[in-house]
Amino acid sequence: MKLDRALRQRLFAAVVLPLVSVLCGFIVAGVAVVVTGSDPIEAFTALFQGAFTNERAFPETLVAMVPYVFLGLAVALGFRAGLFNIGAEGQFYLGAIFGVLAAASLHGLPGIVHIPLALASGMLGGFIWAAVPGLLKARFGAHEVITTIMLNYVAFQLTDFLINKGPMSDPHSSAPRTAFIDPAAQLPTLLAGSRLHLGLILAVLAVPVVWFLIQRTTIGFRIRTVGFSQGAARAAGISVGWTLVLAMGISGALAGLAGADEILGVSHYMPASFSVGYGFDSIAVALLARSNPWAILPSAFLFGAMRNGAAFMQLQTQVSSDLISIVQAIVIMFVAAPAMVRWILRLREVPVGGLQITQRETAGVSSET
Amino acid sequence: MTDFLSHLDIFCFIIAALVASTPLVLAAMGGVMSERSGVVNIALEGIMLTSAFAGYAAAVATHNLWLGVLVAIVAGMLIAALHAVLSIQFLVDQIVSGTVINILAIGITGSFYRTYIQNSELAGTGVLPALHLNFLPNAPFIGVITLAALALIPIVHFLLFRTVFGLRTRACGEHPLAAETAGINVYFVRYSNVILSGALAGLGGAYFTLQQIGNFLPNMTGGRGFIALAAMIFGGWTPVGAFLASLLFAGADALSGRLQIGGVQLPYQIVGMLPYVLTIVVVAGAVGRAVAPAADGKPYKKS
Repeated sequence: MKLDRALRQRLFAAVVLPLVSVLCGFIVAGVAVVVTGSDPIEAFTALFQGAFTNERAFPETLVAMVPYVFLGLAVALGFRAGLFNIGAEGQFYLGAIFGVLAAASLHGLPGIVHIPLALASGMLGGFIWAAVPGLLKARFGAHEVITTIMLNYVAFQLTDFLINKGPMSDPHSSAPRTAFIDPAAQLPTLLAGSRLHLGLILAVLAVPVVWFLIQRTTIGFRIRTVGFSQGAARAAGISVGWTLVLAMGISGALAGLAGADEILGVSHYMPASFSVGYGFDSIAVALLARSNPWAILPSAFLFGAMRNGAAFMQLQTQVSSDLISIVQAIVIMFVAAPAMVRWILRLREVPVGGLQITQRETAGVSSET
Repeated sequence: MTDFLSHLDIFCFIIAALVASTPLVLAAMGGVMSERSGVVNIALEGIMLTSAFAGYAAAVATHNLWLGVLVAIVAGMLIAALHAVLSIQFLVDQIVSGTVINILAIGITGSFYRTYIQNSELAGTGVLPALHLNFLPNAPFIGVITLAALALIPIVHFLLFRTVFGLRTRACGEHPLAAETAGINVYFVRYSNVILSGALAGLGGAYFTLQQIGNFLPNMTGGRGFIALAAMIFGGWTPVGAFLASLLFAGADALSGRLQIGGVQLPYQIVGMLPYVLTIVVVAGAVGRAVAPAADGKPYKKS
């Protein structure tokens, strides 16, 4: 049976490429396990058990998936505008700071008011932190990759300043952390005896919302047009500058939502070492999903499972949980270089093309103003 | 103010900043080479981390620190070659390719660290010989890698601005098509520069394990590769500028440490933010405009 050419190309991009990428990721990681003198079968079995079959493992995988969904959507939305938001990690922190500020300082509000307020506060924090690089790019042509990386470090220092014996630290605790949030602001748990919280439903709901925003609204149309070609967007009368600011801002708001959600749903306070690289991983989440909001769900699920399973794998075997970084790196590499996958699978076609991510017309520092 | 900056202490402070700037200036010069040829290199962080580990592992295995330095440099070149293959050959977005390498470096070094270093009884390797200034008893030792970095600044400057290779490099970074038309092999020039940048960053990685502490710790580069990237931009894509910027950033870092010890009221984190904020200001063009090579980051496809 011969599928028609267009369908085959889409099938390759949407199904074959991600699957082969993930497979290759595990193969390379397996080789690394062998080289370090451990048994890959044993390691991956432990990874699987830790992610799925152990007691309470599956709810924990879903807990780890939640921030990946929000953050993956954040990075993906940036990609659609041709922006490379490496700052999701910093925006995640700012979201948590703003979220914990609203959740811990206010008291006496009912949960139905307090929770949305704290989440919105987190979104505001992320929005501000991301809109700044957006503005700098729109106004001065400062490349967002550089500015968002720098703002990540500013966010880490800011967090340390606020929480480590600073204005936001808990006076009753010797550890560097904030006070606990108001009980009314805690997200209700979905499953008794687990940490699975309402955030999962919010995350799943965020997917169609972001899809609708990108595909069915004027703002989304502008974002996609600017991402496709800034020149064309300008010719069509779209304000490229404001679209960039808005796209960065929305992307940051999603990352901020992830941070606030993590505070309200999981930790209930903000510790000094708040994130362990969620924001950085989310670049891989978005790339694996090829910036498609729907595909963020399986992608985030995979990363949540890996992160959750890796902790158990490290306990159980001699293999470091850092192993999943190897899987991630290989996955991004193959997704970003379809030519390589085709070469491995001996496919002759030359369609699809590399993953166009950013408008490479402006590298380093651009001159467009 | 407390007496945290006494008279002689100023010199010690400058030397401390100079020593701390070593990995920054090496990686930043690597960035200059790579980006001058038109390849954005945000993989500096990953290259340094991998080299720090590889150099340490080799030094442990052979009981020879110099061999460790050599292996660190070679490892840096290999990782940089991966960046080159991905971004030049397979036309992967250069930022994505750099991200791949940064993540890969954490995965590889983390995995090997756990197996071979963390649970073993290995003694540290000790550190490379260092210069001690007799007239400044409190000044930190100036290790050989720091001296090498200082020597490399004029060398890289000469290479970039006074040789045919340097001219070709800059041509490929500004207008690869024109360079190709003039008979320059753009791929070759870009490959060589990216790999050389790996050698420089690799030496910078060796600083962490073989000069600074004589041991390896997970993620010990701690974002220095990204600061080096900032120093490269701050220094206007020139070796000398990158050195001065590195010195400034390392100085801010050292100052923040001193404020912490000195009990000065200014929160040390605010000082710690300085390099990053400065970089943002510079990239935004507020303090002198930094202009990247015109074709920096653009993949070049032979037609």
